[in-house]
Amino acid sequence: MTSLEYDIAHLFDGTVLLLSFMLLYQRRLFGVINTFAMQALVLAAAAAWQAHIHAAPHLYVTAGIALVFKAIVIPYVLHRVIRTFGIHRTIDTALGVGPSLVAGASLVALSIMLVLPVTFASGALTRESLALALSTVLLGLLMMITRRNAVTQVVGFMSLENGLILAAVGVEGMPLVVEMSVAFSVMVAFIIFGIFFFHIRERFDTLDVQYLETFRGERR
Amino acid sequence: MTDVLAQMMQIALVLGLAPGLTGLVRLVKARLVGRRGPGLLQPYRDLARLLRKDAVLADNASWLFRSTPYMVFTTLWFAAALVPTFTTGLLLGPAADLIALVAFLGAARFFTALAGLDIGTSFGGIGSSREAMFGTLAEPAVLTVIFTVSLLVHSTSLVDVAEFIAVSRVGIRVSLLMALIALIIVALAENARIPVDNPATHLELTMVHEAMVLEYSGRHLALIEVAAMVKLLLYLSLIICVFLPFGIATREVGAAGFGFGLLVYLAKLIGGGVALAVFETSIAKMRVFRVSEFLGGALMLGLLAMIYLYISRAL
Repeated sequence: MTSLEYDIAHLFDGTVLLLSFMLLYQRRLFGVINTFAMQALVLAAAAAWQAHIHAAPHLYVTAGIALVFKAIVIPYVLHRVIRTFGIHRTIDTALGVGPSLVAGASLVALSIMLVLPVTFASGALTRESLALALSTVLLGLLMMITRRNAVTQVVGFMSLENGLILAAVGVEGMPLVVEMSVAFSVMVAFIIFGIFFFHIRERFDTLDVQYLETFRGERR
Repeated sequence: MTDVLAQMMQIALVLGLAPGLTGLVRLVKARLVGRRGPGLLQPYRDLARLLRKDAVLADNASWLFRSTPYMVFTTLWFAAALVPTFTTGLLLGPAADLIALVAFLGAARFFTALAGLDIGTSFGGIGSSREAMFGTLAEPAVLTVIFTVSLLVHSTSLVDVAEFIAVSRVGIRVSLLMALIALIIVALAENARIPVDNPATHLELTMVHEAMVLEYSGRHLALIEVAAMVKLLLYLSLIICVFLPFGIATREVGAAGFGFGLLVYLAKLIGGGVALAVFETSIAKMRVFRVSEFLGGALMLGLLAMIYLYISRAL
């Protein structure tokens, strides 16, 4: 692998991490969702690049899943959910933007200090990719802790998952990467349905869809 | 001998190009919102008009108020002459240190803020206090960017930085990307560009830079305005010199590379000006109290770049 290929892979990883920080910085729900879509797009590019330089065609599937599912479908669905339920569009934070950015920076330092010593034997690309991916995972956790809204929790979870995929595609010869990304996507879908149902229940006190019919005035 | 010539050209170049750059940004912004906009030469005409006019001074203005335009203009002009633009073989090259540059910019800021307070109007006071608030966040952010670059290059001299990055393929680095974004954020804040301050308005409660210089008129105002234009050119040149120095004439090449270096620099400058105009048109101004988060983000990015480089070096 030449040094330019290495640099570009590294740059994609760094951009994913940077977008994690942008997620923490956002104050509006739509901003969060759009930033997440951008992160998924960069993740897809990173996966495709790894597929190209390692000549591992199955990673293209992962890239495709990230592109179609996470960069297009999920953001669209979340937009719809917010519009339909009229969810409050500013973000309720448990920890302010400034302190959470500082916490994020220390998490990155922590993950670099943790990953680099234990992976001495591996190549430079793997080591630094792993450090960046672990930072993305920790930032996703931080987002889930410090943001109260259900939608931002889902986005935090998905950006955590982006970190996991990033780690998986960065390590050469990792088995079951595609299966893993499919499984995670299904899980995220269930969580989004969870919010959906939660809101229906909140509004109608039940999950029975028949009540929706009464609501629409279709039932005598 | 060549370095003396290069230095003279550089001094004339930064002053001559600065109003043109501001004119370009204004023209592109006007075109993007569907106006025709004034021509590229309008800032030069404005400056010439202001220079012909008499300066009006408030009764309680002290010597500080009168001398500030000269202080600010000379400081910024000198600082801009230090940043290598088309060649690194400058006479003042050994003095072109990144930390010295920050000190020059800090001195200019200090005098502008004092002049805003000196005249005793409420607008000036608001402007100065906000400028001081932004400064406390922007300067450490610039310093973290400098530390990042100097960790990589092992020097704080701008000449060394430009030659190191231009010649010895450093490659694309995550920490350099973070440092670049931090420096862009700081440059936007320092030049009173749109997400932080609006350069096109004079009477608005949220203005910062214009509030401090509200009382200036005539030749004083001309100096203040040209100093602001030189500062914009300086920051753009700094970003170009540290992060994109490709095509710059190095010391070994000497005078032979001047023509090519000049062309490349002009192209990069035009690209930067257009990018700034597009960015400013596509974004809304933020509340003053969010600026601390914006600049805090720059500080954090700079810190992150430094930590990243330092730790991955050490382990």
